[in-house]
Amino acid sequence: MAINKNSTIYTFGFSIVMVIVVGTSLAYTSLSLKDRQDANAADKKMMNILSAIGVEANRENASELFADYVVERVSIDGSGRQVNATLEPVNAKDKQDPFSIEVMKDYRSKIKTAVKAADGDAAALQAGLEAADLQFPLYRCMKDSQNLFVVPLVGSGLWGPIWGFVALEDDMTTIYGANFDHKTETPGLGAEIKEGFFTDKFRGKKLNTAGPLLFSVLKGGAPTNENSVDGITGGTITSKGVDEMINRTLAVYLRYFESQSQTRAQK
Amino acid sequence: MSTETSPAVTRKKESLFSKKNKKLLSDPLNDSNPITVQVLGICSALAITVQLQQAVIMSLSVLFVMIGGNVIISLMRNMVPDRIRIIVQLVVVASLVIIVDEVLQAFQPDISEKLSVFVGLIITNCIIMGRLEAFALANKPGPSFLDAIGNGMGYAWILLVVSIVREIFGSGAISLPGMGQVKFLPTSWFISEGGLYENNNLMILPPMALITVGIIIWIQRSRNQALIEEN
Repeated sequence: MAINKNSTIYTFGFSIVMVIVVGTSLAYTSLSLKDRQDANAADKKMMNILSAIGVEANRENASELFADYVVERVSIDGSGRQVNATLEPVNAKDKQDPFSIEVMKDYRSKIKTAVKAADGDAAALQAGLEAADLQFPLYRCMKDSQNLFVVPLVGSGLWGPIWGFVALEDDMTTIYGANFDHKTETPGLGAEIKEGFFTDKFRGKKLNTAGPLLFSVLKGGAPTNENSVDGITGGTITSKGVDEMINRTLAVYLRYFESQSQTRAQK
Repeated sequence: MSTETSPAVTRKKESLFSKKNKKLLSDPLNDSNPITVQVLGICSALAITVQLQQAVIMSLSVLFVMIGGNVIISLMRNMVPDRIRIIVQLVVVASLVIIVDEVLQAFQPDISEKLSVFVGLIITNCIIMGRLEAFALANKPGPSFLDAIGNGMGYAWILLVVSIVREIFGSGAISLPGMGQVKFLPTSWFISEGGLYENNNLMILPPMALITVGIIIWIQRSRNQALIEEN
């Protein structure tokens, strides 16, 4: 039987068969490697959290060190109330475990729209975050017999997402350490937020709990005080993104910290 | 499958390692090297040659996609409708690249992070599409396989040489897969530690990769007169 290879029907048939074959094989590859990839992502997350409290881990010892240092994992809601807290070892498969909260996903699906809708208005942003019904993870770590609180941050840079972790000291206002990372910021400019010279500046700074802004990343050589750091020259929008994500995220956690210190005072 | 519409040429069966086929392997290494002579696939060659380890993984990835693409397209060459042949090539290459990316994420997460978008960009690597269109569509799987290895290796050896040069002078070390970075000089020799030696930071930057490739082209042309065009 002769088949006309250039007929429309043959072309369509060929395409359909090709898509089915390709789709099946890619889905199979993806599914069979998912467990390993998830484990790698979890290791990376642990390494980042540990790096915020100044502990350098690698993929081999990440989960071990994480278990040593991180004593409690808490999840809180948009208004700062505690939802869940666990002292158990990390179970990345358990959806209730604060460790499995995907801050990046939440940011993309809900927080981003809330930020846009609030348009710089802090009260509106808070209302938006509360309405979004989200959970925020918090890691309480113990290092040199000192409580450290690690907060994950997600925001937007110039080209794509930026994220990081900030560690706060026991007084819940002093920054103990920070690290940032990005997906596609400009090399040499915005991408520098992940470098040590930038993250080191955050060490020892304080959150301004009284002022309108908790913390500022300033532009171009403006004098910095204990509530601000110098931004990156040529990376203004990325620096602003860092500024925005710190203020937005930490505002939520501060409400939690306040309620915590009140209960402590009552005790 | 009927082959009425495709030119079915019956030839005497030739051995896989005939003289002609051997040329498929050796030509891309020198006379028609994809990077230094055809100047294709330069983008990734410049971007990921800071460390040997990255270059090795990248070369292996390209080699895998290259061989897979060439053989699959060659097997399908009598079935692919002419009108959508580029799309078919793209789909085959793209799926192979996704497989490579997934495997790297699962088994080499750190390197996968460093190579970042460049694994995905193998899809647009002109070497691969070029070989599929120019060779695999018109040849049997055997020769296509050899052609893929030849071109893959032609790409790989340039990458390896460039990355070795850049890493030695830029970082004073060589990173071997599975061994981490092996430093050549004791740390006390460096200026920062009170010594006299300083790494050349220019070597780390992408322009130096271009210059290194340029030097390779220069050496290659001075030794291989056949490559010099007549005016």
